Amino acid sequence: MDMKANKKKLGLKEKYAHMTRGLDWQTTYQPMDKVFPQATFEGIKIHDWEKWEDPFRLTMDAYWKYQAEKERKLYAVLDAFAQNNGHLGITDARYLNAVKLFLTGISPLEYVAHRGFAAAGRNFPGVGPRVACLMQSIDEIRHAQTQIHALSNYNKFYEGFHAGAAHQIERIWYLSVPKSFFDDAFSAGPFEWMIAIGFSFEYVLTNLLFVPFMSGAAYNGDMATVTFGFSAQSDEARHMTLGLECIKFMLEQDPDNLPIVQKWIDKWAWRGIRVLTLVGMMMDYMLPKRVMSWKEAWEIYFEQNGGALFNDLAKYGIKVPDCITQCTVDKEHISHQAWCTFYQYAHASAFHTWLPNAEEMDWLSAKYPNTFDKYYRPRYEQWREMADKGERFYNNTLPMLCQVCQIPMVFTEPDDPSKICYRESDYQGEKYHTCSDGCKHIFDDEPEKYIQAWLPVHQIYQGNCWPEGTDPTAEGFDPMAKVLEWYHIENGKDNLDYEGSGDQANFAAWRGAATQNT
Amino acid sequence: MSTVFIAFQTNEDTRPIVESILADNPHAVLDEQPAMVKINAEGQLVIKRESIEERIGRNFDLQELQINLITLSGNIDEDDDQFTLAWKN
Amino acid sequence: MAVKALSEYNFPAADTQDKFHGNQLLYVGWDDHLMFCAPFAYCIPPSTKFSELVEKHLPHSFGPHPEWAKVDVSKIVWLKSGQPFQPDMNKTLAEQGLEHKTALRMQTPGLNGNGTYF
Ligand SMILES: [Fe+2]
Ligand SMILES: [Fe+2]
Repeated sequence: MDMKANKKKLGLKEKYAHMTRGLDWQTTYQPMDKVFPQATFEGIKIHDWEKWEDPFRLTMDAYWKYQAEKERKLYAVLDAFAQNNGHLGITDARYLNAVKLFLTGISPLEYVAHRGFAAAGRNFPGVGPRVACLMQSIDEIRHAQTQIHALSNYNKFYEGFHAGAAHQIERIWYLSVPKSFFDDAFSAGPFEWMIAIGFSFEYVLTNLLFVPFMSGAAYNGDMATVTFGFSAQSDEARHMTLGLECIKFMLEQDPDNLPIVQKWIDKWAWRGIRVLTLVGMMMDYMLPKRVMSWKEAWEIYFEQNGGALFNDLAKYGIKVPDCITQCTVDKEHISHQAWCTFYQYAHASAFHTWLPNAEEMDWLSAKYPNTFDKYYRPRYEQWREMADKGERFYNNTLPMLCQVCQIPMVFTEPDDPSKICYRESDYQGEKYHTCSDGCKHIFDDEPEKYIQAWLPVHQIYQGNCWPEGTDPTAEGFDPMAKVLEWYHIENGKDNLDYEGSGDQANFAAWRGAATQNT
Repeated sequence: MSTVFIAFQTNEDTRPIVESILADNPHAVLDEQPAMVKINAEGQLVIKRESIEERIGRNFDLQELQINLITLSGNIDEDDDQFTLAWKN
Repeated sequence: MAVKALSEYNFPAADTQDKFHGNQLLYVGWDDHLMFCAPFAYCIPPSTKFSELVEKHLPHSFGPHPEWAKVDVSKIVWLKSGQPFQPDMNKTLAEQGLEHKTALRMQTPGLNGNGTYF
């Protein structure tokens, strides 16, 4: 009988099975539990890693092929953008302040995600999730690098980009919010990491970050940002799927996993939602042309899509997190509360702020009929009046922060938008303050962890936020000037109002030069 | 019944893909946004390799979808011939 | 619940009073006045008299508000950890139990930015 050469290629399922089953082995020199020391301490019980299914079934050859193609497309656009002075095509240089926040606040998270998924991949004894985590780890460093590359072009022309993605994340007060979120996840075990980042962040929340925001970038003529955004987002579908498969896998493996998984979902949904306050503000205030309001994005991507997801998970006994009741109230407030915060602390921020103009306020009134005119319009009108008198309001005292989310205590009581929400816990004879029931609950569950929080305001008061060699006893010592120096914020250039900034003047001059011959 | 969705970048690669999806899923609804196109459907959405191949006149590997994919929602089932998104409840 | 960890999990708190060079933290918020997005954090000596707090520190922070001038300090209703608190102007923070990281709230009935909570 003739031996026929393999004429039919392997199918998708077979190829994937070979890679994720046949290539693994049981260790013999060392017991498996020593090789994978983090596999059990969180209490998650896995009986059969073979049951793991990755619906994308991507093999390494296909992975490299498609990723290479994405990169080629991305860099072709970036080159064209730089060659054609694409930065002059944006709606208004005000818009770039959202991009500065993205570069300093989000791109560093991509890098931490890269490290975190590499660690998770290393620590899972099952080869299916290991392969998926390693691919995601490579994706994430690609995201960090392409974002930095794409935005470096703006650094040639505009203020506030010079510190890049690495320096300020460890220092600036508002950047401690996203940083502490990822530090919290990375310092947990591999299963909690997967719920925190793989599920809550990637599946439940990432759409809110990337989709409306990137569509907004397109709407505002920022080709560079849309392109890296969508290029990153093309990996995101795979990441979301990994998060969802991981949670289903844990729940199917052992009934004892349910309460642990539920606790993590509750915690990380709330942690993530607090971080997204910054995104809400970008959407409602920082895009000169707006695609949709934060509230609308929340309704589509969280309420509808998250609702479908939780319906699906109900069969495992998973319940919608309790914090959702508060979120339903918060969706009409948080973007305004955040912008009010940055407006008054604009002297300590690495981007410019402004008061919404009359047309923008009307848009906000229409999008937020229950809250904007009652609570926020009067604040902006008062500030406008003060600014017109030459008394532009800058808050001169540092704010109290939430011990868990690290956001200043700006959030109001769920049943009373006129009252700041104060929550307090005692632990080992010391007081700890939180911004909400959600954050208090997280603190009370693991106080040993959160008492270590690096809270920017407290660190400033401890004298830890000045350049090396600073002498606080010297004549004329100005602590806030030293803090800005340590932040790498150039006072008078990177911070304060957009009105009157170098960015505003340069953009007007360059755009004028690009459209006229004189 | 819950809604599933899939979104792609708006470009020449995705135009025939979107056409195929809309032809194969009469209940699907098109939602065009700046630089992206989103397709929403009650319950489930099926993407067929053959339908795309018919439109582009060459072989198509369903994993090529990943190049222009932006986001999706629903449980995925993929093999060599079709890619399905569904909420089974 | 305690943190689940691979080994003993016991680390010092980051913000104990000894780290503030002889000072303590005190938080003060003004109810119904959201022009100030959050309560303030002060880092001052425990020997600060309450009168110094209200005559020096608070006016520095709250002074820019158009209603601050209308506040009658003697009529402020104070809350400490959400409970009624009667300060003694002549005593220091330490002498009246306003320990490190205490949160005070001021209420000024009748003043609320004309109903806008500005
Ligand atoms: Fe990413
Ligand atoms: Fe909080």
